[in-house]
Amino acid sequence: MTSSSVVRASAAAQAAGARDPWRSRLTRADVRFAPYFFIAPFFVMFAIFGAFPLVYTGWVSLHDWHLIGDHTFIGFANYTALFADPDFWNALKNTVGIFVLATVPQLMMALGMANLLNRKIRARTFFRMGVLIPNVTSVAAVGIVFGQLFARDVGLVNYVITSLGLDAVDWQANTWSSWIAIATMVDWRWTGYNTLILLGAMQAIPKDLFEAAALDGASPWQQFWRITVPQLRPTLVFTVIISTIGGLQLFTEPVIFGNGRMLGGTLGQFQTVTMYMYETAFQRFQYGYGAAIAWSLFGLIVVFSAVNLLIVRRAAG
Amino acid sequence: MSTMKAASIRLWRTSPATYLALIVGCALSLFPIYWMFVVATRSNDVINDVPPPMLPGAELADNVGRVFANEHAAFAYGLVNSLVVSSVVTLSVVFFSTLAGFAFAKLRFRGRNAMLLVIVATMMVPIQLGLIPLYMLMVKIGWNGHLQAVIVPFLVSGFGVFMMRQYAAEAISDELVEAARVDGCSTFRIYWNVVLPVLRPAAAVLGLLTFMQTWNEFIWPYAVLDANTPTVQLSLSLLATAYYTDYAQVFAATALATLPLFAVFILFGRQIIGGIMEGSIKS
Repeated sequence: MTSSSVVRASAAAQAAGARDPWRSRLTRADVRFAPYFFIAPFFVMFAIFGAFPLVYTGWVSLHDWHLIGDHTFIGFANYTALFADPDFWNALKNTVGIFVLATVPQLMMALGMANLLNRKIRARTFFRMGVLIPNVTSVAAVGIVFGQLFARDVGLVNYVITSLGLDAVDWQANTWSSWIAIATMVDWRWTGYNTLILLGAMQAIPKDLFEAAALDGASPWQQFWRITVPQLRPTLVFTVIISTIGGLQLFTEPVIFGNGRMLGGTLGQFQTVTMYMYETAFQRFQYGYGAAIAWSLFGLIVVFSAVNLLIVRRAAG
Repeated sequence: MSTMKAASIRLWRTSPATYLALIVGCALSLFPIYWMFVVATRSNDVINDVPPPMLPGAELADNVGRVFANEHAAFAYGLVNSLVVSSVVTLSVVFFSTLAGFAFAKLRFRGRNAMLLVIVATMMVPIQLGLIPLYMLMVKIGWNGHLQAVIVPFLVSGFGVFMMRQYAAEAISDELVEAARVDGCSTFRIYWNVVLPVLRPAAAVLGLLTFMQTWNEFIWPYAVLDANTPTVQLSLSLLATAYYTDYAQVFAATALATLPLFAVFILFGRQIIGGIMEGSIKS
């Protein structure tokens, strides 16, 4: 379809050439090379600051590497050490745990909110902005505000809990409680964003599907589960993939929740993989080992995303 | 009379329970932000009261004064730096994304589809994973601790190119490009005078999203910058982790760092929401 523009363009160049051959050559060169000039900046910059670091991480991960001084090639020793490292497995367990705890309720709530927003409602823009506003807030700010809400002695959450006659929770001190506090921050920030993505997809579902179902006597509840959800499946998996990529890299919320320390609590109960990578490379200066963690994380993201992609294929087919 | 009746029927079709659920959802969304502003306007001894205060007080100026007087966090620097970084990155991303998006959507060249595929693939590669070599690179060229370290790596965006390509493919007719060609426009002239005006709505959304994202960026500034040249998020984290008993000061800073984003959101919220919903339909 775009080929026609090229044909006409060279015709224009020929017409111009009848008058001025030099100008025609210039025009032809412009038509031919301009596209490459237009896309080159992206590829040059990405090669330097995106692809090179990623590949170089792989190279560094095969060394015993320090910022100043020697680096010795040690093959896959960093990786074998990593698989025997209890701190890595702990960080991985925390990351996946918080990810599941954050993603499942988040998508359920987003689905529910999108369904509500898809009805004929007043003040539509107000409600849409209301659910999206947490996403506009910076992660650092979210970490600070929720850190205070979940504080042990003066936090608002514990105030509510003790008012209900229950015992106050030391949110930072235990695995489960710290996971819940951090997952709450993630949920709070991302539910509205996913709501709007799902709402967009919901509005693309043909209305006659619902009308036909209503004529057949399907209740709104049945319509939601039999029509809306199956039609949304590809978008749902898209949101799962986005949450996977973001969730496996979780960093800022737990760091600020732990007052800027990378250890993630006294026993590392909420240290994520990215925090462990940061600690290893930037605080213990073991760049090779840190790079091995980065590549393992990349591998995990690829595997998780691939599994999700297979689910999309199946859902679509 | 009849319009009133129609209006009441329309209201009836959406049950009060729907509105109740929506209001509860929005209240949960807004409460932490409201709470942030309450604490920012209170003094520390009141914040630690049981029950804690729920209404704003009068100590905002006091708390803000303490934030700017705090030499350790260099908060005013952070605000200015973030404004510079976010503006430069936004202008650059919008320029290069519209340029490349136009090329991919409307120009023919060898390897176009393969290169577009590469761009989509780059969207899967998060910068965090190259953090360590990127840091080494910055040390090598002496950029660590300087603002260009948080600007230059972000001047282009695969997401932006892809988004502009999708929009340009639909919004720009081939006839428009041809006509400009016949009139003797160079390809760049066509981009600047014909394509860019058409792409403006989508470019605005991309610009808003880029500005917010850059303003909120945390891990890379945290790794490569220091307290002498902070971005606002770095100042904030320095303040929060060193002065976490002075909640009033920390929350005043948090509110200040968030305010520019809210201004942008209140002015352009509609377009941002439209962009998020639109993008999902196409993907």
